[in-house]
Amino acid sequence: MQDFAEAFLFAFRQIAGLDPDLLEIIGLSLRVSLAATLVSCLVGLPIGALVAVSRFPGRAGVIVIMNALMGLPPVVVGLFVYLNLSRAGPLGWMGLLYTPAAMVIAQSILISPIVAALSRQVLEDLFNEYREQFASFALSRLAQVRAILWDGRYSLITVALAAFGRSAAEVGAVIIVGGNIEHLTRVMTTAIALETSKGDLPLAMALGIVLLILALGVNALVSALRLTAARYAYA
Amino acid sequence: MKSTAIWLGLAALAGVMAAFSPANAQDKSILVQSTTSTANSGLYDYLLPAFEKASGIKVNVVAVGTGQAIKNAQNCDADVLLVHAKASEEKFVAEGYGVKRFDLMYNDFVIVGPAADPAGVSGSNDAMTALAKIAEAKALFASRGDDSGTNKKEIALWNAAGIDPSESSGDWYRSTGSGMGATLNAGVGMGAYVLTDRATWISFVNKGDFTIAVEGDKALFNQYGVILVNPDKCPSVKVAEGQAFIDWLLSNEGQDAIGSYKINGQPLFFPSADRAQMKAG
Amino acid sequence: MPMHDRVLPFPTTTGPATVPAVHALACRGLNYGAGGKALIDGVDLEFCRDGITAIIGFNGAGKSLLLRLLHGLIEPAGGAVTWSGRPIDAGIRARQAMVFQKPVLLRRSVAANIDFALKARGRDRPGRREELLDHVGLSALAGRPARLLSGGEQQRLALARALACAPEVLFLDEATASLDPSSVLAIETIVRSASTGGTKIIMITHDVGQARRLASEIVFLHAGKVVEQADAAAFFANPATPAARAYLDGQIVNGN
Repeated sequence: MQDFAEAFLFAFRQIAGLDPDLLEIIGLSLRVSLAATLVSCLVGLPIGALVAVSRFPGRAGVIVIMNALMGLPPVVVGLFVYLNLSRAGPLGWMGLLYTPAAMVIAQSILISPIVAALSRQVLEDLFNEYREQFASFALSRLAQVRAILWDGRYSLITVALAAFGRSAAEVGAVIIVGGNIEHLTRVMTTAIALETSKGDLPLAMALGIVLLILALGVNALVSALRLTAARYAYA
Repeated sequence: MKSTAIWLGLAALAGVMAAFSPANAQDKSILVQSTTSTANSGLYDYLLPAFEKASGIKVNVVAVGTGQAIKNAQNCDADVLLVHAKASEEKFVAEGYGVKRFDLMYNDFVIVGPAADPAGVSGSNDAMTALAKIAEAKALFASRGDDSGTNKKEIALWNAAGIDPSESSGDWYRSTGSGMGATLNAGVGMGAYVLTDRATWISFVNKGDFTIAVEGDKALFNQYGVILVNPDKCPSVKVAEGQAFIDWLLSNEGQDAIGSYKINGQPLFFPSADRAQMKAG
Repeated sequence: MPMHDRVLPFPTTTGPATVPAVHALACRGLNYGAGGKALIDGVDLEFCRDGITAIIGFNGAGKSLLLRLLHGLIEPAGGAVTWSGRPIDAGIRARQAMVFQKPVLLRRSVAANIDFALKARGRDRPGRREELLDHVGLSALAGRPARLLSGGEQQRLALARALACAPEVLFLDEATASLDPSSVLAIETIVRSASTGGTKIIMITHDVGQARRLASEIVFLHAGKVVEQADAAAFFANPATPAARAYLDGQIVNGN
């Protein structure tokens, strides 16, 4: 497979050469994915925690729906956001279509269910351990949610990483709402799609390798931080 | 602790907004809905810096199939439409979505195929006969199948040859439902003939053993048009900037720039603006 | 519940009332079952406001269940638990605290575990945390992750955290089970001092020696029923029922 060897060489040359266009694309990929991860955590974690500590009729159904939403098809999410943000759509006046903000919105919709569903599972295990103690403390539901979110923080980092990974690797939604516009909304995945459509498969592979290295770097960084912090607070 | 969390969240959101605001705040920019063939050929990378330098207007290009581009423009998600499907473009203008259509440039379509040439069409300059031979030999043919300008041209050619390839869809006729590049990748992958615009083909890298089998037929002429989206339908249209871009494309400077874009020494597009038509507009 | 609105003198069923105190916590006709089997079977109890009550009985007698019912952690199938005549709710539970056999510590530092309880009860004032840690002998470990402490240290922390709530009633569910003798002694000292400070203690123990050392009153539970509630000295001198006698003699007796 000469293509692979060529792709690797090319990838390393690109990274080593700090090609400004590539750096711009990498930077936007990181910004969009991190912003979407942030939004999805702000939305998903409270929902996951609330469902974890609550008992109500239909709860099992809610959990099934949350888990199913993890499989939202990106293209459908992209179309949904497109139709809303389009000038002809209800939110068209905001002028967000074909901007990075639109990409953040689409990816947030895509990955919020992942954060909610995975954190619900993680936090419910934790809550089952704490439940009697919390009941004894006569804690309000809000206080319980806050306590398990804080105590589960190291497990929740893994949840956030899963969401980040999905958003960084996703192409179907961002290409529809971002438009893959050069120097504006082009990210790693849409650039890979573009080079593939140009038939420049080695370059596409090389970009794929860069994306992989990027994901590896983010994960390694977070793992290192987590290990250091966990040593102090968690057992 | 609660209020801290809320403030942290708000600060984070503000940070996100701030991080992206420069892109939103840039008013001197226009949005062009265009085709994958023009974008993939690299033409915009060559043309736009010259225009942006001359005018100070940033041009953002969304590259999709012609059908999708027209739909997006009808949704007012464009200032300028630059596509290649004359009938659809005229309908777009007639329905009031576009101000006026101008001929901009042309290139031509070619049929590319594997070196083995299973249908025996290589060297032909008669597209309809070639397609008939392909159908007769049941040689694989990969179609865009995405309502793009290229796809519309291909269907018109099949109709002219008196063949309905959709009856054989999934058999020897493979409708990929994707862009030009993806369809070429699929065609090269399975050894199928593909109708493509010459510009995309010349700049396409993953050619494998494929060569141009059919070219030079007048029926393969591929005319590009450019249209300003109608501000009466879409108040968001940046009329002055969009018109400036169109004027520049149709000017001597723009037309010369289009004609001078070459890959491997071959021109990809031929300027074809009618100066008289422009004056009338 | 008008009959509990009045403050009644503490009545004993089998022994003389040694503590001239009034009761606040009571239950009447308490029932709880699972799988068609009555685990708590018509329990009536009244507790005086101070002293240490030890609930003892064979395994499976329903002691832990009774404690959870009294603290309101589970809903009874029948009957009611009352506090000064009012049915128990979260507001009343907030005036009580419970330490479990296996301490449930938050994944935080020792100090943060105390702070959590102080803040939950709105009793956070400067120096209070240090007082509590000093009281249970954990001052030196304040910054350590709570879950890395030894078993005895964890239980002392759980106790300090319960005391941070300044409870009127402190429930202990076999708080010294599986601890070494010196840890048991440390915890008994803390419990005794809490009782002296005016906190009512209701504890489950399997350690008859511990019940003798600490308790002022004994509740003997047998097969989900209270068969004796008596002054501790009287109970140990002269248990009234065969089941209690068998228990004290260390005989193996079927729970039924």
